Amino acid sequence: MRGLLLILGFVVCLTLATVLDPRLRSLHEENKRASSVMAVLMGDSRQMFANHFFLKADAYFHYGTYPSIFDQALKEESHMTARSDQAHKHDGHDEHGEDEHEHDGEAADSHKDSNDWIQRFGRHFVLSAHKHLENGDEREILPWLKISVDLDPHRVTSYVTVSYWLRQKLNKPREAEEFLRLGLRNNPDSYEILFELGVLTNESKKNPVVARRLWELALERWDKQKKERLKPDELVRMEILGQLAKSEDQSGHYDQAIAWLKKLKIASPCPDAVDKLIETVKAKTQPGK
Amino acid sequence: MSIIFAVSGVVIKELYRRKDFYVLFILTALMTLLLGSVNFFNDSSVFRYVKEICLLLIWISSLVISITTAGRQIPAEKENRTIFPLLAKPVSRAQMIVGKFLGCWFASGLMLLVFYGFFVLISGSREHQWPMSIYAQAFWLHWACLAVIIAMALLGSIVFTAFSSNVTICFCIVIGIFVVGGHLNTAALEMGEPGASILYALYYVIPHLEWYDVRPLVIHNQGVIRWIDVAGATLYAAVYTSTLLGATWVIFRRKSLA
Repeated sequence: MRGLLLILGFVVCLTLATVLDPRLRSLHEENKRASSVMAVLMGDSRQMFANHFFLKADAYFHYGTYPSIFDQALKEESHMTARSDQAHKHDGHDEHGEDEHEHDGEAADSHKDSNDWIQRFGRHFVLSAHKHLENGDEREILPWLKISVDLDPHRVTSYVTVSYWLRQKLNKPREAEEFLRLGLRNNPDSYEILFELGVLTNESKKNPVVARRLWELALERWDKQKKERLKPDELVRMEILGQLAKSEDQSGHYDQAIAWLKKLKIASPCPDAVDKLIETVKAKTQPGK
Repeated sequence: MSIIFAVSGVVIKELYRRKDFYVLFILTALMTLLLGSVNFFNDSSVFRYVKEICLLLIWISSLVISITTAGRQIPAEKENRTIFPLLAKPVSRAQMIVGKFLGCWFASGLMLLVFYGFFVLISGSREHQWPMSIYAQAFWLHWACLAVIIAMALLGSIVFTAFSSNVTICFCIVIGIFVVGGHLNTAALEMGEPGASILYALYYVIPHLEWYDVRPLVIHNQGVIRWIDVAGATLYAAVYTSTLLGATWVIFRRKSLA
């Protein structure tokens, strides 16, 4: 009798396994597909919405003010990222204080009819000064960038921008790395993400060896895209070369640094400046100096 | 005046008997609380997106409630034939219009108070600051804006035969003003004649409701608007509301109720 019960139990288990196994497998597959449900529902419109939320983040960076599509002709490029932030400084933004500057939208307004009382009165209800979020308030742009990435996982700029703010201003390198690695999984050929990952590894983890390997990988991806005629960003290549040269120089690998600088000189719009850098590094290689 | 308030009292009672407000308020509260619990990069101090979405939902809810409440007033009276005993009593058509308007406006004010109360509580509990002046200004400007919209919907209910067409047209006009109203002059600059003149005329004729949307100032805690400007905007809204109500009365006075 006991033997029969054991056989019955075994049969019940086997039957349950045959019923439950396919269901559990399909459940796992459904979970895998869950990320693409939005793709099925929204199609290519996701990219449009992703762009909208990216611009929303930019508007947040400017305290909610953003030039309308009608003012776009006079609008400068978004300056949320590090590169354009530096360019901003060159424009004299930081020299004169940001508050004194007119907003892009207002620059457009100045071209309109100055007798327009509706417009003049309407300005009392919007923020008129051109200000940027600061003192950690930059975190407020992150939700919109995250939504932008959720909608369009192939929007590389959003990953890089999020990482920049997490790393540079919010002191969250771990979150930045996690987000960049997610970006890399979604965009394995992205040289921008690899470059940013390299910067993060170099600055936050203080690991120049791994950082250089990441930048070399980024350079490889850049060259691959160039070969495939995908028009990769020349500026990013120069940044990669510059970082590689700087890192090799700091590690005392002067010959390698000079090799990277020579490559940079070919690409750079200011070869004379790069020449000076090469001379500086060469001077370090000479004994007694 | 007591007749006007009697008519408006009925409208207010109608709002709290209907379920629209409760449904929209619960939806707004639920969505706000749900969004507030989302974790972005392990940073619990990220909050302005919640304020943004909460205020957006408040604006949408207020537009839905105001336009539908105002748009249904006179057609419902006609349909139920209650307009005849109402006007048979010593209630003039002008008093009825003003009463209906005030009822809708007060009802939307009550609704806004609840919504803004919720918003202030949520914002204050997370941000630990209570900039009541800008909240009061945002509430007042929002309510002033609703006055124009309610007057517009009342006029629409006299002009258009169906409630649905009135509501749809009102929504299109209001959203159109919010989105492009302030940019019509810029668009006119790019156009040739006679399009430019038409667009310019439209720019000066339409009520500029976009002024009353001060959400960015509230969300980013960017100080207080000068009270003189708030008074100016209130006066502007009052002029448009009176004009629209006047037009409603002129049309309604000559309109057959049969």
